[in-house]
Amino acid sequence: MSTLTALARAEAVAVGQAQRITTVRHLHVADRPLVFIPLSMAGEANAPLAALVGTVPDDPRLLVVPQPRNRDQRFGFAAELAEVLLPYLDSFRGVTEAVAANRGKEVRYRYVDAPQVLVPNSAGIGFVRMFGRSTRFRRTDGDYPVQPSVPLLGQWLTFLADRAEHPGSGMLLAMTEALGLHWATGQSALEDAHLAALLAWIDPADGLSGADAAVVAEDPLRWPPAGPATDPTFDNEMLAPAMAAYQEAVGSGDEVRRSRARGVLEEAVRSQLGPTWELMWRGVSLLRELPVGSRVPGRWAEDRDVFSTFTLYVDGGGYPQPRRDGAVNAAQRLHRLERALQSYAVQRAYDDPLVMADHRLTGEAFVGEVTLADAHRIDDSGKRRVLRPRIQVTTGDVVLVTAGAVLHSPSRPGQKARVVFVTPDPASGRTDVVLELSGGLGRSLSPAPGSVPEVGDRLCYTTLSDSFMPPGEFPSREETPWTHGGPPKAYEEPVEPSVDDAREEWS
Amino acid sequence: MTSISMGTSRTTAERLATIRGGAKPKRHNARTIAALTRNPGCARRAVLDTAGVDKQRLAAYIDFPARFGQSGFAIARGNAFEAQVKASGAAELVKLLRERLGLPIPEVAYDDLETVTGREKETAEVRYARSRALLLRAAAGEDGAGTLFDHPLLGLDVAGQRVYLEPDLIAFQHEGRFHVVEIKSFAVVDGQADPGKVSAAAIQSAVYVLAMRQMLAEAGHDPEIVAHDVVLVCPRDFSNQPTAVLVDVRKQLAVLRRQLGRMTKVEEMLAVLPPNLCFDLAPDADGVPTRAPEALVDALQTVDARYAPDCLSVCELAYFCRAEARGCTAALGTSAREELGGIERVETALGLAKGELTPADDQAEAATLLRNAARLRAEVLVAAAGAAG
Repeated sequence: MSTLTALARAEAVAVGQAQRITTVRHLHVADRPLVFIPLSMAGEANAPLAALVGTVPDDPRLLVVPQPRNRDQRFGFAAELAEVLLPYLDSFRGVTEAVAANRGKEVRYRYVDAPQVLVPNSAGIGFVRMFGRSTRFRRTDGDYPVQPSVPLLGQWLTFLADRAEHPGSGMLLAMTEALGLHWATGQSALEDAHLAALLAWIDPADGLSGADAAVVAEDPLRWPPAGPATDPTFDNEMLAPAMAAYQEAVGSGDEVRRSRARGVLEEAVRSQLGPTWELMWRGVSLLRELPVGSRVPGRWAEDRDVFSTFTLYVDGGGYPQPRRDGAVNAAQRLHRLERALQSYAVQRAYDDPLVMADHRLTGEAFVGEVTLADAHRIDDSGKRRVLRPRIQVTTGDVVLVTAGAVLHSPSRPGQKARVVFVTPDPASGRTDVVLELSGGLGRSLSPAPGSVPEVGDRLCYTTLSDSFMPPGEFPSREETPWTHGGPPKAYEEPVEPSVDDAREEWS
Repeated sequence: MTSISMGTSRTTAERLATIRGGAKPKRHNARTIAALTRNPGCARRAVLDTAGVDKQRLAAYIDFPARFGQSGFAIARGNAFEAQVKASGAAELVKLLRERLGLPIPEVAYDDLETVTGREKETAEVRYARSRALLLRAAAGEDGAGTLFDHPLLGLDVAGQRVYLEPDLIAFQHEGRFHVVEIKSFAVVDGQADPGKVSAAAIQSAVYVLAMRQMLAEAGHDPEIVAHDVVLVCPRDFSNQPTAVLVDVRKQLAVLRRQLGRMTKVEEMLAVLPPNLCFDLAPDADGVPTRAPEALVDALQTVDARYAPDCLSVCELAYFCRAEARGCTAALGTSAREELGGIERVETALGLAKGELTPADDQAEAATLLRNAARLRAEVLVAAAGAAG
């Protein structure tokens, strides 16, 4: 947590309401997101109990597993979920756009829109990942056959869960994290993981302070947990009897009784899911109200790219993702995530002066006014005369950069600014920084109009760079060194699920 | 006259009994000790736990109920899994130890030490004596000394007081070396499990390792014959089939030793507390505690707490302490408090940030940072509001 965010938390305590920590929205909010609230059965390994799912606030679809330990019912749930999710995914596979690839030598196509799945919290993402794992290796033949949609669902859920790890991706988001990215509450990060309490701080009920509203929101009777774990009291007092009654009704062979018992069970789980459903859509509207950051569409385009690529893979009969990554794949993936993380952090700072303020506070960026400018300065010390304008920026920020450092300005991408002098003035507390500019000036020895900042311009310069980072190099999978376990094992590669995979035991 | 130390310890025991107020002491288990070491600076928790006060009831009575309810489904599954692993003289467990861990176990004797005489109300002392005798025999390498010891009762000194651990482990002895075996019902899927659950299990196991080592050392054995690798038995993937992994708990042992060592001796804590301090929840004829909740709140406030958001997941009194800590930067989390320069109160931090307060000498550095942060935040927000308006 940065000092600015901590300060915003302190302000939230004093004001009694969450405080903004960004000036823009840093994630894409789809026009038609799919909200998915899963519940799992306590004590079991990711056994689905129920879910509310849908793309329209007033039309949630309820899925229920009356006996979560029953294998057939679990995969019945998976098939029902697939009935909702797969058509939703397919609905984005209409219109494509051409994108230049390989430096304009090739053209590839990507969908103009992509799916976005919203779950309440990071445990919800964990549920998606585990349910993907438990369904993608199933087979449609042999022992325990499942609907063809089930393994497909598993591949897609795994895909989404993988994307959720990718910084800046918006294909699978946890609402608590999406909101926490933009607001600081007057409580701890641990308590922010409770969706109702978090929203109580952001948007407290009339007349309540955020703190009081959050205490009310923590009452599981008013606001049941947002899942996947259920409230233990609900389990013991409502769910267990309702399940037992259903079980008995099934045993009696009386269809009317069975359907009535199922109704009771459905109402019970609906009572737990309904309030969270409302909170999710409140979260969506709060996010939509924020102005979107300028680099968000670019990141969403990357999501659309990845979505388009994966649809091709699935259409081509691609095998399910392996249980674990092999060494080379794992290293590549980690490398991708690190690059994405860095670029995401830079992009957010470039998009948002409030995020950049974090870097100004730590001396990695400063904002100041141009007090001198020599736009036509020529450097003739080398073989060739080159245009190297110099400007002096005067700032009241802490400046920790030293001569020789290369800086960038978010408003002038493509232009580098090398620090020539840093002259602090202890009397005024201000610092003069002389910068030599290169790039983005046009081709001649006199600068293109507007390419050099003018005296009086207010600018931000930072050590953060949004420029392209070349990817690292890795050995081929077959050449995995023995220190890393040698070439991948079968479970580390995408392969056709075996009969044994399909027989995997279930409690 | 006996020695002074015995006199002191009798007084301490009496005072702890007064604090508890007639009720039977709540027994410690590895989880409560592990939790205790999470926040060793909290005197309130240390005093209540050492005295064995029922914090759950206390918290509920003063209207800050803890939310540690357990789902019947989870309990049932946990019990079923444990029973399955231990069935028929722990047959499945032995198979796992042989196959997965490659331990050559020729013959197995399984002793359940849950009860000694079959009577339910045995004192901890009786059970401890029995566990100690059997484990020491095994440590001495006597013939037929046993292989698996289920539910041995162990003791550990916490804050200068001997506490007994309500056990939930099996001690496994092979060729004079002991392993702690812990059975948990969270799944290990593709060799991976919930890191939070694994680390909780590791620290609990470390408590058992420490207690066993302490017992052996007291009897003159080499404490290192208790392995620092504990055996964690969990369901594999989505099935009920158990799988076993070795977990190295050396790090947890070091943490535990350090934290237990740092804990103030309970005598010292009691010395600064009112002599009549008491959390008696003794009920009247209607089953309602005779003391008013306000009196208990007053009593609680005489013992300093050190609240941190982490407490919510480990301590029954956390909701009370959280309400008390409103307006403290610590309630925002450790990192927020640090970023605010370690300033204790939110209003002080804000006062310094706005330049309304003059910083004390030790706040000067923090004040500069906070003023800078506040200036930046205000500047950007004003500009953003201007742009939007």
